[in-house]
Amino acid sequence: MKIIVCVKQVPDTNEVKIDPNTGTLIREGVPSIINPDDLCALEAALVLKEQYGHSIVAVSMGPPQAEVALRHALAMGCDEAFLVSDRVFGGADTWATSKTLAAAIKKIGYDVILAGRQAIDGDTAQVGPQIAEHLGIPQVTYAQSIKQDGNNAFIVQRQFEDRYQKIKITTPCLITTLSTLNKPRYMSVGGIVSAFDEKEIQLLDFAALKDYVDESDIGLKGSPTQVRKASPKQGKRQGILYEVSEDEAVEIIVKAVSVRA
Amino acid sequence: MHKNIMVVCEQRDGILMGVSLELIGKAAELAKTTNEQVIALLMGDKIEGLTQTLINHGADRIIFVDDPILSDYMTEPYTKAACAVIAAEKPDIVLVGATSIGRDLAPRIAARVKTGLTADCTILDICEDTKELLMTRPAFGGNLMATIVCPKHRPQMATVRPGVMIARCSEERNGEIMRFDVNFVPSDANVQILLTTEVKENKEKITEAAVLVAGGRGIGDNFAQLNELAEVLGGQVAASRAAVDAGFVNKDVQVGQTGKTVRPDVYIAVGISGAIQHTAGMEESSLIIAINKDKTAPIFNTADIGIVGDANKIIPKVIAALRK
Repeated sequence: MKIIVCVKQVPDTNEVKIDPNTGTLIREGVPSIINPDDLCALEAALVLKEQYGHSIVAVSMGPPQAEVALRHALAMGCDEAFLVSDRVFGGADTWATSKTLAAAIKKIGYDVILAGRQAIDGDTAQVGPQIAEHLGIPQVTYAQSIKQDGNNAFIVQRQFEDRYQKIKITTPCLITTLSTLNKPRYMSVGGIVSAFDEKEIQLLDFAALKDYVDESDIGLKGSPTQVRKASPKQGKRQGILYEVSEDEAVEIIVKAVSVRA
Repeated sequence: MHKNIMVVCEQRDGILMGVSLELIGKAAELAKTTNEQVIALLMGDKIEGLTQTLINHGADRIIFVDDPILSDYMTEPYTKAACAVIAAEKPDIVLVGATSIGRDLAPRIAARVKTGLTADCTILDICEDTKELLMTRPAFGGNLMATIVCPKHRPQMATVRPGVMIARCSEERNGEIMRFDVNFVPSDANVQILLTTEVKENKEKITEAAVLVAGGRGIGDNFAQLNELAEVLGGQVAASRAAVDAGFVNKDVQVGQTGKTVRPDVYIAVGISGAIQHTAGMEESSLIIAINKDKTAPIFNTADIGIVGDANKIIPKVIAALRK
């Protein structure tokens, strides 16, 4: 079986700060990481590879520097890596992103697609299901365990707020993974050497995908949604800030909660 | 011509999800400004009995799809039904609750009808000039607010998390109820549900607590102290994503954009820096008290009372004083 894992390089949003003067994001010095849910998708694929000898292909859409995330995936044990990158893909919303990734995945060929449930920079959880829709294949999202069943099916434990389900899904299909699924492995030393010396990252630009996706469906122009404005959020209320002794602070808190609670 | 606002309502085992009623409330408010109707789309098996509740909460018309294939949520039959109704009704706006089902279904619908979808909106407005839906959501892990529009595609679609909008119920209203038949085929059930296991409701239901004591990364693993304070105040402990990611507490007490939205009477934020990721989930609380060592922490912009200081020293004294 050929398993495709969708990987996104994201800024570590826990480290993102806003410039108080300009109100813009400070990107400098913010480390880039593989999106945590995607790391779990990688790990799930690698576990299946160990059990069944599947071939694992990591695919990432992004700027050239997303290559770093793909090297990381190779060093964890992926067999191949594709970078879907072209200036004309830039500015894509989830619709155009999923359309582009679906084109790349179709060209590469697949039996199963694994993707993280959502990325920490966008938190939309939309690209996975939309890839499945563009490819016309079934999906199970929010997977907290994935087990292979026979030659062409998986039993997935699907999480809901108030229940979980065991769902059988047959290939070709797409599954999105939760970070509770597993604990991703570290890169191995051999893996790192191999990721840099022996394996190539293959580039898929628009020219390579033009038989699979229409130019009007990619990038900013292919995106139904647009950002009208972005702004740092204004606090709704600015109360009183006390810089007082501990005892005075205790008094203020006790008084406030005694009235309201 | 696309018109009217459609809410894709969600029921599980014949019980309506609260977020559906909240969205009908918001849709009714928006529909007033554009002079349109609120259409509630209800899908399931033997669900006709739920329609009056939807009308009482503000829906003008109910369209229901009732079929045994819809008894358990499955992506394909629900997507097929919703897309058929959207094609027939041509709504201008479609709203979906951002539950784990809504977030599976809505992207699939949007991709199929080829329109935009904005996830987890916290503010929905109609633009006075263009009559477009302005969909505002936290972006970049909640560090920015982004207002998204969908200028050339219809319907304009958005998901909204539970607890963000407010449900409004009036006494018996009248509305139109219409059954909609979808031509299902057996292959629409393209996955097989083998087993459904209910998860017992967590006792710590933070969405219903009157008092929440929330800890962030700054509190370290000192959550025992917060538990004690919560107990003294008759409340519950909650947490920021950073505290959950660090493994201090369970994910089901996480407040914020990727956690729960809460509006207790008193919210005490301890060692929480206050990224929008977090404040998006608690800013509607009646009284917000924040304790943080860093006086530039953004949480103080959302607090009524801000205390600059070491929570690990202040909290035990508060507990002692309240016990007296």
